[in-house]
Amino acid sequence: MSKKHHITTIVNGDEYEALCETRHTLLDVLRDELRLTGTKEGCATGDCGACSVMMDGRLVCSCLVLAVEADGKSIDTIEGMASGNELHPLQTKFLELNGLQCGICTPGFLIAARALLERNPDPTESEARYWLAGNLCRCTGYDKIIRAVLSAAAEMRGA
Amino acid sequence: MSDVRFEAPSSLSEAVKILAGAKGPSRALAGGTDLIVQMENDLLEPDLIVDIKKIPELRAIKPEGGGFRIGATVTSMEMIEDASLCAKWPGVIDGVKLIGSIQVKGRATMAGNLCNASPGADSVPPLVAAGALARIVGPNGTRESPVEKIPVGPGKTSLAPGEIIESFFLPERPRNSGDAYLRFTPRTEMDIAVVGVAINLTLDSAGVCTQARVALGAVAPTVLLVDECANALIGTRVDEAAIDKMAAAAAAACKPIDDKRGTREFRIKITSVLAKRVAQKALERARHTA
Repeated sequence: MSKKHHITTIVNGDEYEALCETRHTLLDVLRDELRLTGTKEGCATGDCGACSVMMDGRLVCSCLVLAVEADGKSIDTIEGMASGNELHPLQTKFLELNGLQCGICTPGFLIAARALLERNPDPTESEARYWLAGNLCRCTGYDKIIRAVLSAAAEMRGA
Repeated sequence: MSDVRFEAPSSLSEAVKILAGAKGPSRALAGGTDLIVQMENDLLEPDLIVDIKKIPELRAIKPEGGGFRIGATVTSMEMIEDASLCAKWPGVIDGVKLIGSIQVKGRATMAGNLCNASPGADSVPPLVAAGALARIVGPNGTRESPVEKIPVGPGKTSLAPGEIIESFFLPERPRNSGDAYLRFTPRTEMDIAVVGVAINLTLDSAGVCTQARVALGAVAPTVLLVDECANALIGTRVDEAAIDKMAAAAAAACKPIDDKRGTREFRIKITSVLAKRVAQKALERARHTA
């Protein structure tokens, strides 16, 4: 017996429907059903943050959310971060300041960093590092990532 | 692989009924930060998952009898964002803040941390030190249990089949009370406690300790509530001699394992070091709260 759940979810403002099994995660459905592959799988155990998304305004690891739990929820992924061709200031700064190497961790860092700046537009370096402690970069490019985040924060404040 | 039945009832009575009727292994789902990892790693293959987050009374932090009632599905971030809870029970918040990343704290709950029954669970020692009560519901009705009675060994709890945590109660605090929790980890974030110590104490107007509770994490199969530690503080001005005696009692109570995170000897030594630091922190807070 394989009963599938029918879920309806708002992703980046658009309504999507999908069928999933109980053990499918939100990450599985985003990538494999909706083909939104910007959200990455790193560890699948909530340690690396590569699969970070916003769910009803809350930063979560999509590998630690069952897809069926996302029914009726609003999800924001990396695909919704730029406005058309206009990149978000965080994306621009990551490019300008080389805040990425292989790029696998980048969508997660961008989503988590945006959540930080929405809450705290002027974080200290230490606050930014603690907030992003759940995002791992195996190329170990942390300094450039932090510089990009703080620089984007300054720009967004008009400083 | 067979599929798993999933239910998300909107009432507590319905959740209890579904869980009570389960034939195979079943799990309540709150934040899922342990449950989903265990399923992913095939450590757990439940037949039934009951998502309890649609039950309104499990979702809120409410004032009650001068204290707080915290629903089982309240997340760590929701607790950290509650200014009145942070002001009254900073030691409980110390523990909650140490649970995983921001992402994990956006989902993880104290009820899940307790029911996962890891000896190193960071929110458990401060809850025990606080004298928190868990309200448990199940097929035979509702009961209250001190938090320290719930874990009975690594991964094992005293909850009967079909029982779930409904909420926690943090009692009203007398004036001049303070609590604190510290853990030792090799890294500052994203790590599991090698040792954790929580202390909750109350002073009278002359600065003499009238009540104390000291709880140790990660140094025994379950959290330890150590009366000898409390007795070393009660009746004293929590001076250096009293703190040393309390720290020695904490070290004596440890029954730690040797593992990759720390040897037995190291954990015992660190317990007494942390106990002293936590006592100072709790004392500072007790002196600075009305």
